[in-house]
Amino acid sequence: MSSAAAPQVLALSRRAILRFARQPSSWAPATIFPLLLVAVNSSAMAAVAEIPGIVPPGTTFLMFLLPAAIIQGVLFGGINGGAELAVDIQGGFFDRLVASPVSRPAILIGRLAGAVAFGVFQAVFFQLLLWPFGAEVLGGIAARFALVIVAAFASLGIGSVASGLAVRTGQPEAVQGYFPLLFILLFLSSAFFPTQLMSGWYQRVAEANPITWMIDGMRELVLVGWSWSAALAAVAVPGVLCVIGMIFATRQLDRRLAVAS
Amino acid sequence: MTSAAAGTARSDRWAQVPPWPLIRQVIHRSATSLRRIPAGIVPVVVMPVFFTVAFSGTFSGLTELPGYPTDNILNWMIPYACLQSASFAALASAFSLGRDLESGFYDRLLLAPAPRWTVPTASVLWAMIRALLPLTITLALGVIGGMTFPGGFAAVWWLAVGAFAVAALGSLWGLGVTYRIQRQSAGGLVQISLFVIMFLSVGTVPIDLQEGWLPYVARWNPVTYILDMARCGFVGTCEWSAIWPGLVAIAGGAVLLGWWAERGWRRLVP
Repeated sequence: MSSAAAPQVLALSRRAILRFARQPSSWAPATIFPLLLVAVNSSAMAAVAEIPGIVPPGTTFLMFLLPAAIIQGVLFGGINGGAELAVDIQGGFFDRLVASPVSRPAILIGRLAGAVAFGVFQAVFFQLLLWPFGAEVLGGIAARFALVIVAAFASLGIGSVASGLAVRTGQPEAVQGYFPLLFILLFLSSAFFPTQLMSGWYQRVAEANPITWMIDGMRELVLVGWSWSAALAAVAVPGVLCVIGMIFATRQLDRRLAVAS
Repeated sequence: MTSAAAGTARSDRWAQVPPWPLIRQVIHRSATSLRRIPAGIVPVVVMPVFFTVAFSGTFSGLTELPGYPTDNILNWMIPYACLQSASFAALASAFSLGRDLESGFYDRLLLAPAPRWTVPTASVLWAMIRALLPLTITLALGVIGGMTFPGGFAAVWWLAVGAFAVAALGSLWGLGVTYRIQRQSAGGLVQISLFVIMFLSVGTVPIDLQEGWLPYVARWNPVTYILDMARCGFVGTCEWSAIWPGLVAIAGGAVLLGWWAERGWRRLVP
């Protein structure tokens, strides 16, 4: 991407962020649902924290659930970012962009900026909102910052896969259909409950699920304290997803442009 | 003739027409669209499977909590998954009503030669019939997974009563909301509200083991009592003390939500 594309990326990013912010139907469920789940589960399952070995002494189940809330919110936001691109395709805005001398990567990056900005906002907002209720982060400022970085990478990764689907299908419904799959993957992980208390095949699947590796890394930063190994484990999974997602989205964009020309 | 007089004449004339043919046709149409639209199958078939597997798999360790009412997580989670899925049947009624209102099909339904109340009645009945599918699926999954029936036949009976009640009450709520908004987007509001009320109950953990603010809310939530009734035969034998609060919650809900739906209906059909 040339340096001339930078203003285009900025303009398209600004549009994506403003559009996202102006549509409560895009951000309200993504903010309310994770908070509701955290509020209910931290109260319903507070007794789980009393089982020895589940959380370190002096910590709470609310702290245990903080990473899950962030990733759940990011999941909603990332998919909405992809769905918005599909709306652009359906509404004809994408075709007008393609007809203009705008850089091709700027179309994707500009749209993904909305998802990333929202992911960062959620990571900061959830941490600040849940802090007075006892959701401390024992890793301190560095760990809090690492949680925001993980959220940004996860938004970019999920958003780029969703954008790839949007470019391929041009249907917002098809992109939204990707949500249940991710939600199932989130449930099949340590997000809402410790894997030590699961059993049988479910436990094996949860332990092999990359979302568990990411959440466990984030959780260590929250419940135990700062460590480079935990931070890297938390960032690695969304980092790999970003690479795969961007390759997928770029290929789908090339394919659509080739068909159009 | 004034429009009010015409309306009276119409209602006098069609009050004599038997309601069942139209109810049957509306239900038949809904069943046909369920078969023809694959997306409609997802909430009916996939969600019960997802709820059952996710709740019982993720939270299987809850049985290790001292005082948890059963040592078999399926006995606790299957009724919850079943009622959650029944609420999705209610949600489908709201979505379908919103679609018909937007497309104008509902206006044509109202012109049918039958009493008008048959149209919303058919929606509620269809939600209850539709709830049969997730009820069967979750029970079958439970049996395969090793669920037990300490309460015998009464366990299945009260679970079915709970599921049908949630479907009927949920669809009354959904109809009331959709009659007021008159758009498909009303479905989103209905979905969120049903999800929230199910969550703020004793879905995963009994009240005695809940801490903080949730037990206070759960105690006032009628779904708690319907769920207790639906679960009674899976955590022991069905005692009247577990059943009557559920029946009272259903009766109270039917009156309140029936009134809510009727008021919404009157906005559409004065």
